[in-house]
Amino acid sequence: MRAAVIIFPGSNREGDAARALAEANGAKPAMVWHADHELPAGTDLVVLPGGFSYGDYLRCGAIAGRSHIMDAVRAHAAKGGLVLGICNGFQILCESGLLPGVLMRNRDLKFVCRMQHLRVERNDSPFTSQYDKHQVIKVAIAHGEGNYEADAETLARLEGDGRVAFRYCDEAGTVGGAANPNGSVNDIAGIYSETRNVLGLMPHPENLIDPLVGGIDGRGLFKSLAAVA
Amino acid sequence: MKARVIVTLKPGILDPQGKAIEGALKSLDIFGVDSVRQGKVFDIELSIEDRAKAEAALKPACEKLLANMVIENYRIEFPA
Repeated sequence: MRAAVIIFPGSNREGDAARALAEANGAKPAMVWHADHELPAGTDLVVLPGGFSYGDYLRCGAIAGRSHIMDAVRAHAAKGGLVLGICNGFQILCESGLLPGVLMRNRDLKFVCRMQHLRVERNDSPFTSQYDKHQVIKVAIAHGEGNYEADAETLARLEGDGRVAFRYCDEAGTVGGAANPNGSVNDIAGIYSETRNVLGLMPHPENLIDPLVGGIDGRGLFKSLAAVA
Repeated sequence: MKARVIVTLKPGILDPQGKAIEGALKSLDIFGVDSVRQGKVFDIELSIEDRAKAEAALKPACEKLLANMVIENYRIEFPA
């Protein structure tokens, strides 16, 4: 698996993403600057890390979503290449048109930074093969704009095609209610593209790969990706 | 010429910031406030003097970047 992590001005989780990829994959990812026009030859997986690209100016991910490298990322995705967007990376994927919908301000206007349980909706994607279907995992969340919204038609399509990747749940796996941290519609924490080669999610699996920091439930995602190629 | 682009949330899109501002105005006892929706204003200096050409240049600017057409509407004005 050859992975490339894109760095935008204001990205700050690229080191965490790189560490998780290296641990699962046995090889360090390439670090790619946003102003580059091309991905390294042979890239299998592109990771858009978390952070505050361009200081969240205009809208979260809006300016990064239109940077030069995103043309290369779009071409990579169109060929079936894997793309993972975490947190701000998810916002960038929505703003760049690679995923539908938008991430709005959290329902209660607060930045939420805490541990969060998620339900893995399916385990037949390149991102989740190392999990069980409906497995409950505990990862970190840290965002102010994670409130996923889409129009009714898009939402029906996402649900109908099984494109919801993760939903917010409690420890027992009960979805929604008080377990939804941001007001996200249908308790959506992450979604796939139509062909499930692009995943965007608000939570941070890359921060839960070491028992030292409270759990290793995030490892499965990177192990799944490492198992692809 | 000068142009002003106004970006507003589409009707029906939840606007928690607008709601918070609405609550603050009501708590200040400002009379007659029913609801508040927050938007954005962009004042843009153009090296174009023709209004139709300016609109033709600004339309893609709005749709590609300034507004997220999933949740926002925009309008272009030319202040005197």
